[in-house]
Amino acid sequence: MAVPVAFFAVFFAYPVVAIVGRGLKDGGVWQFGRIGEVLSRPDIREVLWFTLWQALASTALTLLIALPGAYVFARFDFPGKQLLRAVVTVPFVLPTVVVGTAFLALLGRGGFLDDLWGVRLDTTVWAILLAHVFFNYAVVVRTVGGLWSQLDPRQEEAARVLGAGRFAAWRRVTLPALAPAVAAAALMVFLFTFTSFGVVQILGGPGFSTLEVEIYRQTAQLLALPTAAVLTLVQFAAVGAILAVHAWTVRRRETALKLVDPAQTARRPRGAGQWALLTGVLLTVLVLILLPLAILVERSLDLPGGHGLGYYRALGSAAANSGTFLVAPIEAIWNSLRYALVATAIALVVGGLAAAALTRRAGRLVRGFDALLMLPLGVSAVTVGFGFLITLDKPPLDLRTSWILVPLAQALVGVPFVVRTMLPVLRAVDGRLREAAAVLGASPLRAWREVDLPLVRRALLVAAGFAFAVSLGEFGATVFIARPDNPTLPVAVARLLGRSGDLNYGQAMALSTILMLVCAVSLLLLERIRTDRSGEF
Amino acid sequence: MSTTKKLAVTAVAAAIGATALAGCGSSDDSGSGSGGTKGSGSKTVTLVSHDSFNASKGVLKEFTRETGYTVKVLKSGDAGAALNQEILTKGSPRGDVFFGVDNTLLSRALDNGLFTPYAAKGLGQVASDVQLDAAKHRVTPVDTGDICVNYDKKYFADKKLAPPKSFDDLAKPAYKNLLVTENAATSSPGLGFLLGSIATYGQDGYQDYWKKLKDNGVKVVDGWEQAYNEAFSGSAGGKKAKADRPLVVSYASSPPVEVLYADPQPKTAPTGVATATCFRQIEFAGLLDGAKNEAGGKALLDFLISKKFQEDMPLNMFVSPVTKGAKVPELFTRFGTTADKPATVAPDTIAKNREQWVQSWSSLVVK
Repeated sequence: MAVPVAFFAVFFAYPVVAIVGRGLKDGGVWQFGRIGEVLSRPDIREVLWFTLWQALASTALTLLIALPGAYVFARFDFPGKQLLRAVVTVPFVLPTVVVGTAFLALLGRGGFLDDLWGVRLDTTVWAILLAHVFFNYAVVVRTVGGLWSQLDPRQEEAARVLGAGRFAAWRRVTLPALAPAVAAAALMVFLFTFTSFGVVQILGGPGFSTLEVEIYRQTAQLLALPTAAVLTLVQFAAVGAILAVHAWTVRRRETALKLVDPAQTARRPRGAGQWALLTGVLLTVLVLILLPLAILVERSLDLPGGHGLGYYRALGSAAANSGTFLVAPIEAIWNSLRYALVATAIALVVGGLAAAALTRRAGRLVRGFDALLMLPLGVSAVTVGFGFLITLDKPPLDLRTSWILVPLAQALVGVPFVVRTMLPVLRAVDGRLREAAAVLGASPLRAWREVDLPLVRRALLVAAGFAFAVSLGEFGATVFIARPDNPTLPVAVARLLGRSGDLNYGQAMALSTILMLVCAVSLLLLERIRTDRSGEF
Repeated sequence: MSTTKKLAVTAVAAAIGATALAGCGSSDDSGSGSGGTKGSGSKTVTLVSHDSFNASKGVLKEFTRETGYTVKVLKSGDAGAALNQEILTKGSPRGDVFFGVDNTLLSRALDNGLFTPYAAKGLGQVASDVQLDAAKHRVTPVDTGDICVNYDKKYFADKKLAPPKSFDDLAKPAYKNLLVTENAATSSPGLGFLLGSIATYGQDGYQDYWKKLKDNGVKVVDGWEQAYNEAFSGSAGGKKAKADRPLVVSYASSPPVEVLYADPQPKTAPTGVATATCFRQIEFAGLLDGAKNEAGGKALLDFLISKKFQEDMPLNMFVSPVTKGAKVPELFTRFGTTADKPATVAPDTIAKNREQWVQSWSSLVVK
């Protein structure tokens, strides 16, 4: 408990409170009147309203589209499943600038829909909603599907033997067991879409603005710290309210679950209904996720004189990019992996410890801490980044120009994922198993190794996967601190896109394709580790 | 509690391992990246800048050879964000020199007392019309760049239509639905274009002008990347995206860049510049108040306006030198254009009115 508390106090609470204080204090006196002033502005109200309803709509749409996917990935066996599960996570790491490009190609003028039916969705709210589904599909599939695949299907079968209909059995047995994971996933999707930044800016155009976009504008562009501080507080309050609701639903539903090896629960689909479901899910994934990704790959190969690997070759030489980079852009891969690895390690330590502490202790204080851990998802990167600048500026913690600030900032966003994926599983471990082991003479350590570890290993890997993906794709914090000779992949992509010229654009697409591959391969490797050791089960 | 402890031990071990790994890597990089041969700690001078800062490795090595100082560059977001971070850390800066405050933001920097005055050596060679702080020398002008409307040559040739030349032209029916510009609230070319229109039509007339532009179908997107790569039909990205706007607010140096980063290089640039729509941006550098390496910072400021750096700049940042006699590369003279009479607005006037101009522009055009 001490480690995560200290981590959050130093790297989150202190910087954020300091920057908010800078905005709300005048000569050492808090000016709470500013809150009312800002909130009564009609433009700010418009922003608040749009932020709220687009997040609700995005979350509903994502759940609607992704829950069948979670079921299919959890319960069915089909060729290429592992690969596909890695691929649907790829959008998660892609820079929004790049995704915006792909979506415009799909939804914009002369795009896919335009060609087929003459429908254009760019600069409408539909483009924003669909892009949100694209980004967050994996959140639902991985958090809900991860638990679903470990639920024992025999419980549902038993209920049916006892006379319950198919739906009643599902509603009474599976749904309650799944509810915390669904709530967790919905909450994460809501937080991501509530704080949406790049998607709204690029696909919605300047006519749409979320709280997060407004905070960035007020802080980074206008240096209007009082307004930014008020908006940050509003975002805080909103996130806090969501978390309270979430905590309440989870507490009512929580029970110890019988978890089994996912390999035993998945089987080949049977019957027309199941095949239709599988086909439907695969088609959705194809159109919504694979198609935009394929467009990027196609553009990375589209040379002026035909298709080829020319842009990839250019990535390898610093000379072709003398104006844009000090090193060959390809080296960004190694930088990215290194940062992401450190960030994942930090997130696992902090998040793992926090999750463990939260499972073992109860009480209001602990629940408050649970909420605190989620706050980084609801606080804008620019607030944290500017907070770092004014707080971590004295030895021994003058980290403002240190490379460690990058993984630290990335870990801050990774921790909530670790906590949220670990918690349902940790809480579901039946305490009696542990007691039984103890009665049989196992030391606490042995009991943990034999009972808890095998059950949480999968969750741990899912969590690590998320933390890694988040870190790999993180841009907001990284761009402030990454050094020119040390760019990460998203930073390098952004720099290439910031230049005119065929070669720069092509290389940006090629580098984005590489970012996709790196992410997919890393996630596949993570899943492999699990398969190799499943014999211990 | 064993779960907690065990987790802690494994995870801490993992973190230390990974940290050590990354630590090694990054110290290697800083060694090679700084490019210095005698790069001991005290001999480092830190330059804080925005993302667009670029200098060739060779020219930074040259500085090290001449002065013994190794340059470390810290980039921190776009120009506005970078400056605001400096204002927040005033008195305890992250570096010694800040580069990249332009005439649209200059007053904000000066009013906040960000810089220690220093008259750089060689200032006599710098054109006087860009020395906006000549009396106090708090900042040193380093480069200029023009924000202008670019056009897609092929589109206008195919339509047998003359490309627009001036602000007035853009509002004519012949150019309806052709122009894409950036959000003046979030993008510096967007702001530059707005300021250009204010310089041309005055504080009383610019709103009428924008009403006309809006009626003429001007499209506004959030940033330069989207405008140029996704909406502008003349750029490499725009061609692939089947973009439909042959006019975009960009830079006078964009056409040469299109040539430089094409393979094979074409004989003429695919895009051109509407020369009477330009707004001149001047970028400055200054010695940060509280700099740890003041001597190094002064040497760096001298270097920034030296011929060597000034001649290195155009092909790295696509801006024009301010030092007299600095050679402009042939690529610029052949494919680029400089505006004869670029629009300008005094930094004080901008500082006083920026907020209000942008606000009324937003409610007029965006909403």
